[in-house]
Amino acid sequence: MKDVVISTDKLTKQFGEFVAVDAISFEVYQGEIFGFLGANGAGKTTAMRMLCGLSKPSSGTAMVAGFDVSRHPEQVKKHIGYMSQKFSLYEDLSIQENIRFFGGIYGLKDKEIRQKSKDLIEQLGLGQELGKMVGSLPLGWKQKLAFSVAVIHEPKIVFLDEPTGGVDPITRRQFWDLIYAASDRGITVFVSTHYMDEAEYCNRISMMVDGTIKALDAPAQLKRTYGARSMDEVFFELARNASRKAD
Amino acid sequence: MLFGLPIAQIVLFGFALTNEIRNSRIMVCDYARDELSQRIINKIAVSRNFKLDRSLNDHQEIEAAFKEGKVRLAIIFPVHFKEDIQHNHHAQIQILADASDPNTATTLTNYVSSIMEDYQRENLISNPLPMQIMPEVRMLYNPELKGATNFVPGVMAMILMLICVLMTSVSIVREKELGTMEVLLVSPFNPFMVIISKAVPYFLLSLVNLSIILVLSVFLLEMPFNGSLLLFFAESSLLIITCLSLGLLISNTTNSQQAAMLISLMGMLIPTIILTGFLFPLENMPWALRLLSNLIPAKWYYIIVKSIMIKGLGFKAIWRESLVLFGMTCFLLLVSLKRFKIRLS
Repeated sequence: MKDVVISTDKLTKQFGEFVAVDAISFEVYQGEIFGFLGANGAGKTTAMRMLCGLSKPSSGTAMVAGFDVSRHPEQVKKHIGYMSQKFSLYEDLSIQENIRFFGGIYGLKDKEIRQKSKDLIEQLGLGQELGKMVGSLPLGWKQKLAFSVAVIHEPKIVFLDEPTGGVDPITRRQFWDLIYAASDRGITVFVSTHYMDEAEYCNRISMMVDGTIKALDAPAQLKRTYGARSMDEVFFELARNASRKAD
Repeated sequence: MLFGLPIAQIVLFGFALTNEIRNSRIMVCDYARDELSQRIINKIAVSRNFKLDRSLNDHQEIEAAFKEGKVRLAIIFPVHFKEDIQHNHHAQIQILADASDPNTATTLTNYVSSIMEDYQRENLISNPLPMQIMPEVRMLYNPELKGATNFVPGVMAMILMLICVLMTSVSIVREKELGTMEVLLVSPFNPFMVIISKAVPYFLLSLVNLSIILVLSVFLLEMPFNGSLLLFFAESSLLIITCLSLGLLISNTTNSQQAAMLISLMGMLIPTIILTGFLFPLENMPWALRLLSNLIPAKWYYIIVKSIMIKGLGFKAIWRESLVLFGMTCFLLLVSLKRFKIRLS
């Protein structure tokens, strides 16, 4: 029986009359790569912000890494990592400086930070690049670096909000190699994306439509259930009757 | 925007802002108390440039009144004024002017002198005996009438406001724009520490800047510095914190760096230049603008700095202005921190 690292119970977020996230309930197990899919405007980002402790739920509960997001968001934040679609690293600082800064924020000691920097260089093949400005790196490198920094403190769960926007398929594949490596280390990966081919890389995925979860299962099962050959078709099947447009 | 701005400019620069001084409060100390002095005093009181504030019995009170800053000019009539005129055909009166604003002092003194001359001319028509009233003018606090004394404190206020408000607001908004703010908020980093870590460097930078300006103005522009250095820096720190809070508030209202810059410049710099009182005397402006000028932190700082640097006054004289600044800071901090908290949830 696997550990549950994320569990939500009728989690809801309302902005005035508009219900962005409508009473979703699901569980995520430790070590799995969980894909959080849905069209733009379906409520993915809002749900994720609640799970990260960034926004307070209107009703319902969510437990992340053993802490209630409404009551102890600061504890939640200590045990998770996060990488957003806009870039997470400071472009005006060098790679080394970014690693030092974020390492410090997550409470890593100097020695640990130095060790981590060495590991990162090896893993990403950065070599001599440590002193380079992050702004000068190509997009794919920035993303890989941002991910590595997001897990620098070996959190229980790492939240990735559409991390691979705008790069070519090969670079995306390399990024996913990093995700696999993290998952092998026991880190649970909660990734939201609207690239349906990435859905195939996940252990289980959930599909959000109009604020609710319309489906939750392993990709292979979903394809069987909906008689589809690819995740694209599954998505199309589920989302084509959606009433919400992208925001 | 297209129509409002030109209209506002015409109204401001054409109508409200003028270098002519009207209704300036003055004091008179009449030791003579004869009909001659009374006639002159009446003539002065009637003039549209002056408003007779007080008639003093003792010229010692003049110093205190100047320190309060409400009155810029005092006239003293000696005891034997009438007799001097009748027997010697000339008499002296003393004019004391607050020259910490040399332009105003000179202008006011000239008004008095011309009123005197006017009186003498009128008198010549009705009374052929020559009469000469010689005003002895003393410019207090700034006998050499250095223009820097007026200008430099205003420039100090302006620079502090510019650096603190503009830089703080842009810096915080930049984080929002780039997306790094979100990452900081998800991390264990306390959000209030984020604000403090933005404010501290600009605080230190402003103090350094201020010190440089101070050194330059004292040694290069020959500004007097008669007060306490400690008090000066304490009050300046207060203004800096006020401006930082203002920058924080502005950063809460927008997500774009350009908007933050525009609001900081247009919204802050131009009213500051016009309404602080160092370019255009505040006494001349219509009451609506004078009321508005009370909202500008720089206006209060300008008074404080002049009191410290030029008049050499201590905290007792400026506690009221300091309290205003302190109150503004608390209010701004409360509002902006509240908005920041709301944004978090």
